[in-house]
Amino acid sequence: MSQIRNFSIIAHIDHGKSTLADRLIQYTGMVEERQFRDQILDTMDLERERGITIKSNTITLPYLAQDGQEYELNLIDTPGHVDFTYEVSRALASCEGVLLLVDASQGVEAQTLANLYLAMEHNLTIIPVINKIDLPQADVEGVKEQIDHDLGLNAREAILCSAKEGIGIDAVLEAIVAKIPPPRGSVDKPLSALIFDATYDSFRGAVISCRVFDGAVQPGDIIRLMYNNAAYKVEEVGIFWLNRQPQKVLSAGMVGYIIAGIKTVSDTRIGDTITLEDRPAPQPLPGFKEVKPVVFASIYPVSADDYQTLVEALEKYKLNDAALTYQKDSSAALGQGFRCGFLGLLHLEIVQERLEREFGQSLIMTVPGVRYEFVLKNGQTLTVDNPQHYPDPIHIQTGREPFIKAAILLPERYLGAVLKLCLERRGVNSHISYPTAGRVEVTFEMPLAEVIIDFYDRLKTITQGYGSFDYDLLDYRDSHLVKLDIMVNGEKVDALSMIVHQDRARQWAVRVCERLKNEIPRQQFKIAIQGAVGGQIISRETISAFRKDVTAKCYGGDITRKRKLLEKQRAGKKRMKMVGAVMIPQAAFVAVLKTVKE
Amino acid sequence: MSNRKNSLPGLYIHIPFCKSKCLYCDFYSLTDLSLLPAWLEALQQEVLLYKDTFAPFDSLYLGGGTPSLLDGFQLAAMLDSLRRHFSFYPDTEITLEANPDDVTREKLHLWRDLGVNRLSMGVQSFAEPDLIFLGRRHTARQTEQALEWVRIAGFTNLGVDLIYGLPGQSAGDWRKNLERALEFRPEHLSCYQLTLETGTPLGARKAQGRIKPLPEEAERELFLLTSRFLEEHGYIHYEISNFARGEAYYSRNNRKYWRHVPYLGLGPAAHSFQGGKRWWNHRSLDRYCQALSDGVAPVAGRETLSAGQLHLESLYLGLRTKEGVDLNLIRPQPRGDTMLGELQEAGLIKLHHGRAALTREGFLVADRLPLWFSD
Repeated sequence: MSQIRNFSIIAHIDHGKSTLADRLIQYTGMVEERQFRDQILDTMDLERERGITIKSNTITLPYLAQDGQEYELNLIDTPGHVDFTYEVSRALASCEGVLLLVDASQGVEAQTLANLYLAMEHNLTIIPVINKIDLPQADVEGVKEQIDHDLGLNAREAILCSAKEGIGIDAVLEAIVAKIPPPRGSVDKPLSALIFDATYDSFRGAVISCRVFDGAVQPGDIIRLMYNNAAYKVEEVGIFWLNRQPQKVLSAGMVGYIIAGIKTVSDTRIGDTITLEDRPAPQPLPGFKEVKPVVFASIYPVSADDYQTLVEALEKYKLNDAALTYQKDSSAALGQGFRCGFLGLLHLEIVQERLEREFGQSLIMTVPGVRYEFVLKNGQTLTVDNPQHYPDPIHIQTGREPFIKAAILLPERYLGAVLKLCLERRGVNSHISYPTAGRVEVTFEMPLAEVIIDFYDRLKTITQGYGSFDYDLLDYRDSHLVKLDIMVNGEKVDALSMIVHQDRARQWAVRVCERLKNEIPRQQFKIAIQGAVGGQIISRETISAFRKDVTAKCYGGDITRKRKLLEKQRAGKKRMKMVGAVMIPQAAFVAVLKTVKE
Repeated sequence: MSNRKNSLPGLYIHIPFCKSKCLYCDFYSLTDLSLLPAWLEALQQEVLLYKDTFAPFDSLYLGGGTPSLLDGFQLAAMLDSLRRHFSFYPDTEITLEANPDDVTREKLHLWRDLGVNRLSMGVQSFAEPDLIFLGRRHTARQTEQALEWVRIAGFTNLGVDLIYGLPGQSAGDWRKNLERALEFRPEHLSCYQLTLETGTPLGARKAQGRIKPLPEEAERELFLLTSRFLEEHGYIHYEISNFARGEAYYSRNNRKYWRHVPYLGLGPAAHSFQGGKRWWNHRSLDRYCQALSDGVAPVAGRETLSAGQLHLESLYLGLRTKEGVDLNLIRPQPRGDTMLGELQEAGLIKLHHGRAALTREGFLVADRLPLWFSD
C-alpha cells in the first residue's frame, strides 16, 4: 500500500489538464509512442473537439521513482466543469492528493478556486503546478503571487512545467511520490469502496470505477451497493491501464474497476459505497448525495417519424449517463418528445450533441428552464419543471425559484460591466473582495434560471475571456413567476412557452417575437406573432404575406427544373412544423433558443 | 374541346439559331448560321429515330431560336421530312414562331403554303426604348408592318408575345403596349414578366447592380393590370402568362406540357414526355449532331417520374391554369382540406365543380402553393 499514490489533477478549463495527463502517461511508458494520440484519456470525439473532459477516466501508471522503488500512481481524471461538481468531489474523495494546475498566462480562475476548496474539504495534499511556462505571455512570478495570496498555498513548492513541451514532467512525478501520502486503510476490515464513476460496456454492463478504502474484493464475492441496497455477484475486478487489466483482487488503497453483471450505469450511484454482502461495512462512506437535475428542456425529433429511434437512442445513451433524466412529453407543435433533466447547461449541450452525433438524431430542443415550485392556495406545493404544467394562476399563492450563489473572479477593469450583468440577471446580496491587486472576486445570489441561459457566454464576452464563474445551489426563494406564451396567428406554440419572472416577461417576449419574425418565412397570408402573459399581449410582430412568387414561363424544358426546386423546398418543409396553417422552420425553434442565449 | 384533342401528342421542333441573341434570353440558340445545314441534316436523322413511336400528332410547334429565319427550301425540307415519317391529324395546329424583322409578304405566303396555320410573333414591346433594352433586332414600326401583313396574308390565328415588368416600366407604359397589341386583335397573347435569368447579359447587369428589377409591389400591379385589362377586352386568362380570345385559341402545344400529354421534342435542348418518362436532348449542337451521326438518340438525360413526382407536377402545372386541379389531387393529402380553407379565406384559391383553381391573386404566388398540398 505504501507504493500506491492516488491523485487527481484539478484545473480550470484550458489550463492544460489533459495535456499534462498525456505527458504523465507517456513519461511512465504506459503507451508506446506510436499508439499515442493527444488527450488520450478523453475517449469521446466530443471531448477531443471541445478540449474538455466529460466522462472521467482513470489510469494506473507504473513509475520507477528516483528512490529506486516501483510505485503505482493512480491518476483519477475529473470532469472539468461546474455542472459536474459532485462527480469531481467524489473523484477527489478517492484521492490523497491533487495537482492544482494553473496556467502561467491566465492565472488563478474561479473554477481553480472552487476545485481547490473541494480538495481542501477532503484534506488532500495540494501540489501547485504552473503550466505553460513556455508561452511568451507566461507570468510565472505573477501566478506564484496569486498562489500565495489567493490560494494560500506555498508558492515556493510550485512546480514549473510545460506539459505541451514536456518540461518539468519528472519533477511532477517525483512530487507525487514524495508529497502525496500513501493511502491508509486496512485490508482486514470489511470492504468499503467508493464509486466515483461508472461506464457502460455493451457486453459486460456497468463497469464501476471505485477506490477501495478498506477490505478487499475479488471475483465471486457478493457485493452490496449500500444506497441502492442491491446485491450483485462480482464477475471481474481489475485496474485501468489504457484498457482494463483484470486482477485477482482489489484491496485497500487501490483504484480500479468492478464488473458485476449490473445492467446499466443507472443502477449505480456515484458516491455510493460498495461493501460485501456477508461482511458489510458498519456504515457507508460519507458524502453521498443524490444528484438531481437542475436544468430542464424538452427534446423532439425533427421529423415525427423519428420518434421511435429517439426513444432507442435515449435508452442507449442513458446506459452511460446516469445523470440524465427523461420522461415523455408532447407538444401540439412538435409532437412527441421527452422532457429531460440535466446537471447544467453544459451537460444539456453534451447530451444534445452526443445524441445527434453518436446516435444520428436530428433534434429540436426547447428553451431550457429550471424546476420551479408553486405553493397553491389550498396549501399544496407543486413542483414544475415544464412550462406546460404551469398551474392556473388563480390557484397560485406564491411561486418559488431556485437561487444560486455565483462566484465570479475577474480583472478589476471589468467590474462595472460584470456588476451590471449580474444586476440585470436579478442578482442580489452582492459581495466584492479583492484577493490580489487588480483582481476582484464578486459573489451574487442569483436565480438559477438567469444563469443557465447564456450567462457564462456573456460573462466571457464582457470580460474578454478573463472572467471565470462558479456556482453553488442555495435555496428556493419567492418569486413572481408568470408563464409567457408565444402565439402564431392566435395559436399557442406550446414548445416556446416559458416560465419567467414577471419583470423579465416583456423583454423575453419582445426578443422571441423579433427572432421568430426573422426566422419564419413569409407565407401566403399575414402572420401575427405575439407574446402573451395570461390573456394579455405584451409583444407583437407581423410578417407580411408573400406577395409574389411565380415563374413567368413554364414549358417543356422548365418543368423538370421547377419540380426539382419544389422537391427541394418540400424536403425543407419536412423540417418545418405546422402551427395552425403557419409553417415554422425547425431553425426558428433553434434560433429562439439562441436568442435567449444572446 | 373533344377528348381526342385532350390527349393527342404534340411535336415540337427546336430551331436553335438566331441572327443575334436577345439580352434576356436563356434558350439554347446559336448565331453562327453556317451551322444550319448540319443541324437540318441531323434533325432528319433524329426524325428517323422516333418514327412510329408516337400516336398521330395534332399539333406541331416550330420554336426556337428563330424559326422564321429558315428560308423556303430549309423549311419545306424539314416539314416534308416530318410529314413523311410522322402522322398528323388533318386539323393539326402548326405554329411557327416569327420575329418581326424576318417577316415579309413572300415569307408569309410561303408559310401559309407550307401549312403553317398559327403564327406566334415575338413582338415583346411596341416601345423603342424597351426593344433596345431587351436587345431586339426590330423596330416597333417593323412589328406593326409585319402584323398588318400577317392579317393580309390570311392568318386567322395570331399569337403575340410581349414582355413586361422592365426596370422602370410604369403601369401606364405597359397599358399602352397592351393597347397597341390589341389593335391587331391577336387571337392569343403571351405576356411574360421579365425574368433576369443568370447567364444572360441582363442577368449579369442585375448581378453587377447596374439594373434594378421592379419592386415586388410594382410587379404585382402590372400582373393584375394585365389580367384585368385583357379579360375586360374579351380574353380568357387561361394560364399565368397566357391569354386567348376563346378556348379554340388556347395554344394546343403548350397545353400538352401542362397536362402531362405526351410530346416529342426534336432538336438540341428539346424536351420530350411520354408514358411518365421525360427526356431531354443535349444542349449543344455539336453533341447533338455527334450523337446522331453515331446513330444514337441525342439524349442528355432521362427521368421516370414516380407517382409522387407526377402528383407534384400535376399540382404545379394544373394550378398555373384556369382549369386548376381536380380536388381529388388535394383532399387526400394530410391537411389538404385545412389548407384549401386557409387559401380560400385568403382569396388565393376558388373551388368550382370539384376543381380548385387559383384566383388572380393566387396566380401571383403560384410557385409556392403546390407545396401546401404535397407531403
